[in-house]
Amino acid sequence: MTVSILLFLPVVAALLVLLFKNEAVKHAALFFSIIELAVAIYFLAGFVPDASVQYAVDATWIPQMGVHFTAGIDGISMVMVLLSTVLVPLIILTTYKHQYKNAKAFYALILFMQAGMLTVFTALDGFLFYVGWEAALIPIYFICALWGGENRIRITIKFFIYTFAGSLFMLLGIIYLALQTPSGIYDLRSFYDLSLNLTQQSWVFWAFFIAFAIKMPVFPFHTWQPDTYTEAPTAGTMMLSGIMLKMGIYGVIRWLIPNAPAGFLQWQNLAMILAVIGIVYASLIAFNQKDGKRLVAYSSIAHVGLIAAGIFAWTTQGVQGAMIQMLSHGINVVGMFFIWDIISRRLNTRDISQMGGIAKVAPNFSIAFLIILLGTVALPLTNGFVGEFLLLKGVYNYNIWFAAVAGLTIIFGAVYMLRMYKGVMQGEANELTLTFTDISGSEKLVLGIICVLIIAIGVYPQPILHISEAAVTNLVNTVSAKFVNAKY
Amino acid sequence: MTTLIIISVLPIVILYLGLYKVQKALLPVTIIGLLAAMTAAITQWNDSAVPIYHGMMLFNNFSVAFSVVSIVSTILILLLSKGYFERISSHIAEYYAIILFSLAGIIVMVSYHNLVMLFIGIEIMSVSLYILAGIRKKDFASNEAALKYFLMGAFSTGFLLFGIALIYGASGSFDLDGIRDWIVTHSRSNDPLFYTGVMLIIVGLCFKVGAAPFHFWTPDVYEGAPSLITLFMSTVVKVAGFAAFLRLFSACFFTISSFWAPVLLVITIITLFIGNITALYQQSFKRMMAFSSISHAGYLLFAIVALGAGSANSIFVYAAAYSIASIIAFGALILVKQQTRTDNFDGFNGLAKNNPFLALVLTVSMLSLAGIPLTAGFIGKFFMFSGALAHYNTLLVVVAVVNAIISIFYYFRVIIAMYFRSAERAEVEVPAYYKFVLGISAIATIVIGVYPAFISALI
Repeated sequence: MTVSILLFLPVVAALLVLLFKNEAVKHAALFFSIIELAVAIYFLAGFVPDASVQYAVDATWIPQMGVHFTAGIDGISMVMVLLSTVLVPLIILTTYKHQYKNAKAFYALILFMQAGMLTVFTALDGFLFYVGWEAALIPIYFICALWGGENRIRITIKFFIYTFAGSLFMLLGIIYLALQTPSGIYDLRSFYDLSLNLTQQSWVFWAFFIAFAIKMPVFPFHTWQPDTYTEAPTAGTMMLSGIMLKMGIYGVIRWLIPNAPAGFLQWQNLAMILAVIGIVYASLIAFNQKDGKRLVAYSSIAHVGLIAAGIFAWTTQGVQGAMIQMLSHGINVVGMFFIWDIISRRLNTRDISQMGGIAKVAPNFSIAFLIILLGTVALPLTNGFVGEFLLLKGVYNYNIWFAAVAGLTIIFGAVYMLRMYKGVMQGEANELTLTFTDISGSEKLVLGIICVLIIAIGVYPQPILHISEAAVTNLVNTVSAKFVNAKY
Repeated sequence: MTTLIIISVLPIVILYLGLYKVQKALLPVTIIGLLAAMTAAITQWNDSAVPIYHGMMLFNNFSVAFSVVSIVSTILILLLSKGYFERISSHIAEYYAIILFSLAGIIVMVSYHNLVMLFIGIEIMSVSLYILAGIRKKDFASNEAALKYFLMGAFSTGFLLFGIALIYGASGSFDLDGIRDWIVTHSRSNDPLFYTGVMLIIVGLCFKVGAAPFHFWTPDVYEGAPSLITLFMSTVVKVAGFAAFLRLFSACFFTISSFWAPVLLVITIITLFIGNITALYQQSFKRMMAFSSISHAGYLLFAIVALGAGSANSIFVYAAAYSIASIIAFGALILVKQQTRTDNFDGFNGLAKNNPFLALVLTVSMLSLAGIPLTAGFIGKFFMFSGALAHYNTLLVVVAVVNAIISIFYYFRVIIAMYFRSAERAEVEVPAYYKFVLGISAIATIVIGVYPAFISALI
């Protein structure tokens, strides 16, 4: 069993889904995504949580360019694989009450995108990494542009150009690194062995940083994000915010910092400042949002800013915090967008000021909303808390003032999230919200699973932390050793 | 050599067939002849390559590879022509014959070993093209295209010939090896005659491949000529031009690259920007393709600016990818134009609804031209970027990346029109042979994009 099964299964599934008709398409897509999850769980069961790469595959791809199909799973990748294989079935379930035109294409694109993202999370070859990176982008572009809201054409092309621009510079960085290796190969481990001088590393740092900063997004590269999240169909938004932005974070951990340690050290402060500005800036904008989906979009920028800051601090705790927070944020943000999907489908609006009193008419819904909200604002014993605590600790070790400012995200987050909850759920029900019917069927199932995950990870995060611990410690220490060399 | 003979005899046969009004046999005979020529070329693969006919020609793997690409593209283009020429004029044998004559010139261009043969090859090709551009005799735009192309072409041929003459004057040889040896033995001499000759040859060749600032003929000629002829010019002819360009520079002028590389660098950068930025403002799909072909000339020039062992390979892969994608694009344009009578982007609105196949292959073609991974176009760009970065041409690569980003706007305009804009329209009828050509091309694009190893190790 190698990781290639995990990578090719969704591609095959995407093609197979095209053969189905009508309602069967949904079931087929769900079925295949659950099989993918089962494969991932099988891998997890046999996974030894040390720093080694497991289930590796290595095949020649373009011999004269030194390109190999090299992929494998280590602790860091394992968490990411779990994240994408758990979320995709959930996301497909959230679409059960939607009727999409040309549904075949919709689900095929989602599965194809999953293949791209899994490639990114497991690739150990620069070329493969880039191919996966773009292979995830094309489907989401079509998902957003075909099934999105009114302004979708203008906004999605902006999104596409933004991310494509960033990734092309990353491609240059990858080619540059490969040309520096003694035998001109794209293998990640031979990239790690390079010792470039500071100027070279600074260029490599920026080539990668721009791509990842756009994807995450980090201030000031975030301008595509709120519009795209708002205009995309909700399943697309979930794919983007739940999994795809983690490609950027994962890229920083695996490709940016270890490939250019001295360059990173040179620009660490700036990266940190950008991340912290992003946190405060996005939180302040979130305060004024009337549109619920947009509010969640901005809160996502703030949360990702904290994850980025934790990684840029580059301590074991910070990176471990980032790992678990990526998983938690994925679960929470999918839940949050689903909540807004349910609301907007029932009330045909996302304007918070028109709502109120839904808690009275829909008790189950209000409980789920509350649990997801508490996870998002990082209340202790929810999944958000573990990650944000570790992240803040990492930032604190780097610089206490950054930690103080970054910590605002928790306070701000609590304020705007609770205000949103109050506006939507509490108070007197008006004419509009009286028509609100409580959740049922697939909605109940999805929200139930998400709530269980939020509490389970919050109460007992150790198994998840354990998966990535050895790999993270090893990576952080190896790279930090290079920092020392770079300094003296 | 057999290839060249077959392709030279074939058009004469075709003309006789036309004389005896055997209209139905024209296309099959042409295709069979071309397949025979291609087989003849392939059998020469890895043969001991020595210059023949007193060093006039050299059929090495380079020539074989580019001959095959040219022949295959021509076959695909001719398959699209079924029923197309009949609508333009009644003398359809002429079309096949002239295209084949042009192809004969192209075979010479990719296998010359003497500057005289280069010149003869270019002339055979160009004279045929002047006629083809103006073949719609009653059409104003077609006449304009032919005249413009002829005047500018003759002008540039003058430069080329003058350059060849000057190089002969300095080195006393037309032979590629002879010139190379002269350069090696006179490495320290600063012979102005010789270097002026090199510059003039660059001007002449840049005109032929449509690189800026010698590109002014391209948009009008491409727009005025019938779509299929435009397709032939922008793929086969352009690729042959680059093969000739590369052959000359890698065989002869390799050692003096410090002299001409900066010049070509500037030309490349101008070409990229002019092609891309002008393409951005076009309303006509055909004109957009014309300008985008200028920008692709810029990318192809990369391999010559960063001349190295991998250059032939890069040009080969890029040219193959570009040709296949262009064939799809023009094939789709011809079909759409039959229905809507317009070249504009608007003509593609809502195409995906009733013609999912056509929309899908055109999307693949546009993604390939834009250089998105998992398509052949990306592999081409990847090779070009690697080659240029290996020579530390960072500026060039950054400029290329900026241009690749710009190009997204106009390539995606087609995709957006097809999928996201709605228009009331009937289904565009796609004949079977169109389905075949477009389908094969789309599959080839994806296959090369996913597993390029089998094509990229050829030369």
